[in-house]
Amino acid sequence: MELADILFYVFAAATLLCGLLVIANPFSRNPVTSAMCLVLTIISMAGLFVLLHAFFLAAVQVLVYAGAVIVLFLFVIMLLDLKAEERRRIRVFGVVTGLVAVGSILGLFLRSLGTTPLNGPATPSIEGDTAALGKLLFSQYVLPFEVVSVLLLVAMIGVILLSKKNLD
Amino acid sequence: MHVGLEHYLTVSFLLFALGLLGVIMRRNLLVIYMSLELMLNAANLAMVAFSRFNDKLDGQVLVFFIITVAAAEVAVGLALIVALYRRRQSAHVEDLTSMNR
Repeated sequence: MELADILFYVFAAATLLCGLLVIANPFSRNPVTSAMCLVLTIISMAGLFVLLHAFFLAAVQVLVYAGAVIVLFLFVIMLLDLKAEERRRIRVFGVVTGLVAVGSILGLFLRSLGTTPLNGPATPSIEGDTAALGKLLFSQYVLPFEVVSVLLLVAMIGVILLSKKNLD
Repeated sequence: MHVGLEHYLTVSFLLFALGLLGVIMRRNLLVIYMSLELMLNAANLAMVAFSRFNDKLDGQVLVFFIITVAAAEVAVGLALIVALYRRRQSAHVEDLTSMNR
């Protein structure tokens, strides 16, 4: 077993474990704990990105998600001043619908994995470094890139409008 | 055993399932929002894995756009949650079932 394979199992286990702690933490019902586990999930996923040779995306993942999105989450949690959530009864209906949804996706996944041959190259050669991705981004994908910048502007104006004290 | 595309797809599927369960079963609006982020990240992982094992960089460009759009989405969604909380004093989905004030 190579080092890369061992690292894959380590990062995958860390990602899934922290992901589980985000949605169901047996020790704490506080949203801050969920947010912290989400940070760990994001960082171990950046490790998986590095193993896939997507170096630029791994950096962006850490900068944008762990750096910006989670901080935004924490700001809002502090702003709302949520008291520790009291334990409400878990509805049977919710559990059943959740398990049915996950089960049907599992069926789809196994079926497509069984019927479709995954015959990629044994030793992939692409490198997702900044230079390669930047070249593609500013040649073939320059229009979507500009559209996304407009989208960010629209989102910014929307957020300013939404967070005014009196919406009317 | 050599790690291939199917391993990454399995991790991505499990993470997506966790996010879906969180969205359906949790009651706190903020935790539901974090579960949504988990699902988006699962899709990103699948996309990067496909890009790597098909020897095409286009998938990674798409992931770049998804991350940007997700950041915008989080900003708008959290602003909506704050506005909702100011009016109703609750971030619990069971308290937010009617549209009038």
